[in-house]
Amino acid sequence: MSETRNGRRGALPSGVSRSEDLQKRLREHDYLADTGLSTAIFLALKLGRPLFLEGEAGVGKTEVAKVLSRILDTPLIRLQCYEGIDVYQAVYEWDYARQLLHIRAAEAFGEGGDTERVEKDLYNREFLISRPLLQALEHQGPNPPVLLIDEIDRADDEFEAFLLEILSDFAVTIPELGTVRAERPPVAVLTSNRTREVHDALKRRCLYFYIEHPSFEREVEIVRLRVPQAEESLARQVAAAVSKLRTMDLYKPPGVAETLDWAEALVALGARELDEELVEATLGSVLKYHEDQQRAASAGFAALVGGGSGG
Amino acid sequence: MAEAPPMLDAAVAFGRVLRGAGLRVGTDRLVEFVRALEQLDAGKRDDVYWAGRITLTSRAEDIEIYDQAFEIFWDRGGEARTRPSSKMRLRVPQPQDSVLPPKKRVERNEAGREAVTMRYSPVEILRRKDFAAYSPEEFAELNRLLADLRVGGALRKTRRLEPSRRGRHDPRRTLRSAMRTGGEAVRHRYRRARSEPRKVVLLCDVSGSMSSYSRALLRFLHASVIAGTHLEAFSIGTRLTRITKELSTRDPDRALRQTAGAVEDISGGTRLGDAIKEFVDRWGQRGMARGAVVVILSDGWDRGDVEVLAEQMQRLSRLAYRVIWVNPLKAAPGYKPLAAGMAAALPYVDTFLSGHNFDSLEELARAIADAAGRDR
Repeated sequence: MSETRNGRRGALPSGVSRSEDLQKRLREHDYLADTGLSTAIFLALKLGRPLFLEGEAGVGKTEVAKVLSRILDTPLIRLQCYEGIDVYQAVYEWDYARQLLHIRAAEAFGEGGDTERVEKDLYNREFLISRPLLQALEHQGPNPPVLLIDEIDRADDEFEAFLLEILSDFAVTIPELGTVRAERPPVAVLTSNRTREVHDALKRRCLYFYIEHPSFEREVEIVRLRVPQAEESLARQVAAAVSKLRTMDLYKPPGVAETLDWAEALVALGARELDEELVEATLGSVLKYHEDQQRAASAGFAALVGGGSGG
Repeated sequence: MAEAPPMLDAAVAFGRVLRGAGLRVGTDRLVEFVRALEQLDAGKRDDVYWAGRITLTSRAEDIEIYDQAFEIFWDRGGEARTRPSSKMRLRVPQPQDSVLPPKKRVERNEAGREAVTMRYSPVEILRRKDFAAYSPEEFAELNRLLADLRVGGALRKTRRLEPSRRGRHDPRRTLRSAMRTGGEAVRHRYRRARSEPRKVVLLCDVSGSMSSYSRALLRFLHASVIAGTHLEAFSIGTRLTRITKELSTRDPDRALRQTAGAVEDISGGTRLGDAIKEFVDRWGQRGMARGAVVVILSDGWDRGDVEVLAEQMQRLSRLAYRVIWVNPLKAAPGYKPLAAGMAAALPYVDTFLSGHNFDSLEELARAIADAAGRDR
């Protein structure tokens, strides 16, 4: 259905008709996706399906939604999930303070007696605060917006069931107002860190992709692209050290985000080569747990700096 | 697009292979797979691979199975593309008739002398009978007993709010009542955090040394999983396997068959420390064990490094609200925790139970339920 709604192109950006084109376009916007990920994004846009991204924290799941909004030149609407999130925080809420004032005003103008009319006035669009999901459905513009539903694993099952409904119909019913339906379904990206298995029914609505830590070469490329001030040799050393850290059995192995933080910190210190002293000074930007820092220290910083960097 | 019909056939056949290997591949997903292929180049191996992986898998664990199936079906299949053969076999273990111990052995041990008399054994005797001495008929009886067992975590506060006489201000309900009093909020309404059951995580040892008990204990896990919503189940042996999904089928025999299919290390050795470490690393630390009641069902025989086990039990006990250890051997007269693993783990265990017969499982269910009841 979504295909007919979106025309033959789906929600693909103009000039993109194959997954290779999309991969190139992603790169132009500073996001390096491998074949699998760019194929997944391509299919999600083309088939009008939500994209479900899973993977360790910091592998760039959220970034996918951000870069899509840049490529499609459309706003990014983000819903951050948390335990206990409900419809009022995700879809809409009535503006009670203004409603209360409205009743008072009606009272003051002597219209208070007509309760039925006052009540009708109260549940009017102008008193409705739209939260991210409603915003995404109501969006008007040349392109549908990108809807990022971040860390869905943190929300609870009831909310998941509700999301399933929205993602099937791209419509929501507000009892007092009626049904709001998206003219063109938003480009939906869901992310999960896997703290909890998300229900199968929801995943079945989506295309699924598991993002892994990037390979060494790709990570070097990412650093070069995102922290252009970092020289090739430094980028290679940082990527090599990070991939060693990832094998170290840490509580929180560094993700790409940490690699970039680290590279930026090193550049800020004017570093051109990684050495033990610099590692010690900047370790906090790549390892965020005290225990992890200790583990890295006891393994010796020399091991992180030396060899294997392929310099 | 001239290739479309054979593509569909191949997709359906591939779906059958994946289903046999344990992936949940419904028709809706297969249709999606074919639609995805239409957008890509169905003649290119990589495009077929990614189209399938993106549409037919839905969790990280699926990917390994998918890769194997793909290799067998598409890479080695040759003409299978158009004429799939049913001879294709995956290395993924096929579901067997029963979980441990294998049926035949039980029958051989039990059938002759005891099976007939035990069929009529009154429930009271059955409740106290050691699982190791159960006959197949008694296992069927056990299912009925377990069906009535309530397993669930004790209550804990959540961030969801419900109406209450005091607590946080509730503008929504205040406004509704103000409507009746001419816009004057005469009575303010409040709400407060709702109580919900704590999460419960069950880790069941399926190694060789537990074989006389794991069948009954897995049935207990099954009864727990289908009864409670906030429950997760894992098997531990040489590795950790998440079996919540497999156990969530209502029919106990089917659920156990699926579980046997998913667990690769049944009846193997035990590396308790490593398995618990994997649990804490991959699931526990990220939230599953936080504030949860964690139950370990194991005899404590560990072939791995005992120090690893002690360290990991300490980590686990810091995350979890309560740690309950269930050891079927504990019921034996004069039992002492001699197994090195058991001795290492005990300091971090809040409640130590036996779990060798139905009565003790009932005790376990009670222990889980009040684990947090005292001070919520």
